[in-house]
Amino acid sequence: MNIQFDPSAKTSIRNISRRSILKGLFGTSAFVLAAQFPLARRGFAYPTGAEKMPNGVKTDPKLFVAIDKDGTVTIMAARAEMGTGAARTSLPMILADELEADWSRVKIVQANGDETKWGNQDTDGSRSVRHWIQPMRECGATARRMLEQAAAKRWNVAVADVEAVNHEVVHKASGRKLGYGELATDAAALPTPTDFKLKDAAAFRYIGKGNTPVVDLVDITTGHAIYGQDAMLPGMKFAVVARPPVVGGKVASVDASAALKIPGVEKVVQIPATPLPAKFNPLGGVAVIATNTWAAMKGREALKITWDDGPNGSYDSKAYKASLEANVRKPGKVERNEGDIDKAFAGAAKTFAQEYYVPHWAHAPMEPPAALARMGGGKFEIWAPVQSPGGARDDTAKFLGVKPEDVLMHTTLLGGGFGRKSKCDFAMEAAFLSKELGGTPVKVVWTREDDIQHSFYHTVNVDRIEAALDANNKVVGWRQRSASPSILSTFAPDPKHPFAIELGLGFVDMPFAVPNIRLESGEAAAHTRIGWFRAVNNVPHAFAVQSFVAELAHELKRDPKDMLLELIGPDRKVDVSKSVTTEWWNYGEPFETFPVDTARLKNVVQLVAEKAGWGRQMPKGSALGIAAHRSFVSYIATVVEVKIDDKGNITVPRVDTAIDCGFAVNPERIKSQIEGASVMGMTIAKYSEVTFAKGRVEQTNYNDFPIVRMEDSPQLTNVHIVPHGIDTPPSGVGEPGVPPFAPALCNAIFAATGKRIRSLPIGNQLA
Amino acid sequence: MVDVTINGQARKFDGDPSMPLLWFIRDELGLTGTKFGCGIAACGACTVHVNGEAVRSCGIVMSDIAGKQVTTIEGLDAKGEHPVQVAWRQLGVPQCGYCQAGQIMQAAAFLKTNKSPNDEQIVEAMSGNLCRCGCYQRIQAAVRAAAKGA
Repeated sequence: MNIQFDPSAKTSIRNISRRSILKGLFGTSAFVLAAQFPLARRGFAYPTGAEKMPNGVKTDPKLFVAIDKDGTVTIMAARAEMGTGAARTSLPMILADELEADWSRVKIVQANGDETKWGNQDTDGSRSVRHWIQPMRECGATARRMLEQAAAKRWNVAVADVEAVNHEVVHKASGRKLGYGELATDAAALPTPTDFKLKDAAAFRYIGKGNTPVVDLVDITTGHAIYGQDAMLPGMKFAVVARPPVVGGKVASVDASAALKIPGVEKVVQIPATPLPAKFNPLGGVAVIATNTWAAMKGREALKITWDDGPNGSYDSKAYKASLEANVRKPGKVERNEGDIDKAFAGAAKTFAQEYYVPHWAHAPMEPPAALARMGGGKFEIWAPVQSPGGARDDTAKFLGVKPEDVLMHTTLLGGGFGRKSKCDFAMEAAFLSKELGGTPVKVVWTREDDIQHSFYHTVNVDRIEAALDANNKVVGWRQRSASPSILSTFAPDPKHPFAIELGLGFVDMPFAVPNIRLESGEAAAHTRIGWFRAVNNVPHAFAVQSFVAELAHELKRDPKDMLLELIGPDRKVDVSKSVTTEWWNYGEPFETFPVDTARLKNVVQLVAEKAGWGRQMPKGSALGIAAHRSFVSYIATVVEVKIDDKGNITVPRVDTAIDCGFAVNPERIKSQIEGASVMGMTIAKYSEVTFAKGRVEQTNYNDFPIVRMEDSPQLTNVHIVPHGIDTPPSGVGEPGVPPFAPALCNAIFAATGKRIRSLPIGNQLA
Repeated sequence: MVDVTINGQARKFDGDPSMPLLWFIRDELGLTGTKFGCGIAACGACTVHVNGEAVRSCGIVMSDIAGKQVTTIEGLDAKGEHPVQVAWRQLGVPQCGYCQAGQIMQAAAFLKTNKSPNDEQIVEAMSGNLCRCGCYQRIQAAVRAAAKGA
């Protein structure tokens, strides 16, 4: 029999085993109420934004750890794993290290979606390690203390005389040992102690080492890893949905007679559309239910639907771009103001202005959205690749009109997320359809076309930047206007201007030392679903600002790196909270823990320049470009080396990126994230564009929404991690690598060819 | 009726002969290691071996595989220790992992025809397989390593 610290954890473990995915588990204790645990003790060395997140953090080992009699340590992974390695490897690894557990005897089990129980599970905002390193350390350290207490009691010695070492507790004087399995029962009976002690960093076995392969490595390489698309139940049906081509549209009429004649097609079901703003609710449409995915797809092709397009039926990307440009060429809503911008421009010796455009994108994760659901006794069980398991459970319950505890949300692995899977419309569709079928399990499969045509798109953005220069060519005025439809329009009546979180993503936190600054937003109404995409507004703002710096450098015949360092200015901590017009959102973090530290920003610029050999002689057609950006409270600078042939074909032989993300918890995974960010940055720069005509997305699949392949990928990305001790709080890693890539590339292209790219994607602009 | 051998086992299929092999493997046999990525043979996530050659299973229909030998990622090596799989693990290639079964099947078929490829040949062989996480640098290194170890 397994001895568990927490009986409810045992239930969860049984519920979400691989076996249960295959066989199902209704009738077992699937809906055990979460046990109530004391709040986190807040014994943390430094404050973070974690406790202001919905449902905060938990630190009780009885929640996250179970130890079997054979010594197997089970650690619950409560957040979603989408490829960073944070949820299922790095966080459990932190706990295991503090527990003095032998990693080869640790098993990871995925928790269900329930934030009341697990604390915040929203895997978004590059927050997992930054918010959970302290709770996971405390959790491991308290469990270790309990094992030590149990051993001391067994031997009738003082706790100070024993020590946990690598899965055993040792009596220091006699050398006697007891394994964790032998102590589990006694330890589980003890109250959670408050007199625990965190390890010294010198004693870390795994934290900071990069010696821990991702836990799913064998399953992934043998085809046994289970993603949402792979979930199965006996007797399940497959659904493919025809959704309104225009957001806000609905079915006017449907003729399903031909679809129902396709062999394998069993039923056609309408899904109602929610009036806008619809948050994450399904778009509505017509679902074809069949005995396999292929039949469902054929059935959908045979549907005859007329759509009522609604108010967004005239959305047109070309016209919309012109409207954004018009709105940044006139005064907008003031978002940040310092000094007297009008005076600065009136008295300028010279002024310089440019505009930069970044279009919509779809996330296009390799796994298109999918979910399996079944209803039984008015309760729902769902298997889905959701980035926010707890939020997805609650939102789905609301959509279905049931209580959150009547929805059991299992998080599968995510075949990429990038922000798309933080919106759970696909899970809601599956649950709705199972209900319509009286409880038959249904898997909703999104095709690639569905994914690209029904995303929550990255916003479209125009930034206009104007600089006022004095007689010494110093920048004395910086006016920047941005117009882009807001994510808030997905949740609330369209504000037509960015809200605090969007403004904090690389706009109002612009760190340059310029005496007169005015940042404004222009009006921009949303005509499609706008959502988060990896690094969000940071990508267009970094593209604009970092391109503009290089343009200024060219105007002034300065070195772009020197110009950048001069603009960042003296070492200081930039606090814009007094000069913004809405509350400053610093990634939800307290400024004292995560300030805007210009010394750290300059340091990554200098480090990457040195590592990349900035200033080295390059052959004709080759050049280097540089860009730097703080996002998700990390500092990143990138140098891209480009080679361009006379037909305008771009090759990137080498990228160097320096990252200062505080203490590097898992350096090996940090490197993989930055390597990947180069590739995604290249895709964004070279190809990515979703356009609308008559309200409809014009792209369909990877053929017309291409992503970079090995043949046109950056060939080598060198990652340089700024070393820090455990006292420097870890900061974001998953997203910050993306923003500096496109401007660094385009700055390199300019240096090589004299052609300046101000509108993404590059496409055939160099041909 | 289509007779086909999948991972050494004889299988019969009497459904729509125009159904792509991918859906037979995934929906009928429950072998979900072969992934659905695009459905138009543009991403390589569904790569399997048909008579030893790398094929996009979304782009070949059931009537065309009659009598053929199909190997999926689950059948690549009984112990999951094909040199390509081993190299993938040693170099920590995957991020989300979704495309990796297809990448591995592509690399394994390629290395059978070219036992000591140069970088250019690796890039050419692997450029039909997309990875949105951007693991190409490590994929290339792992193919190189597998070739050396094979």
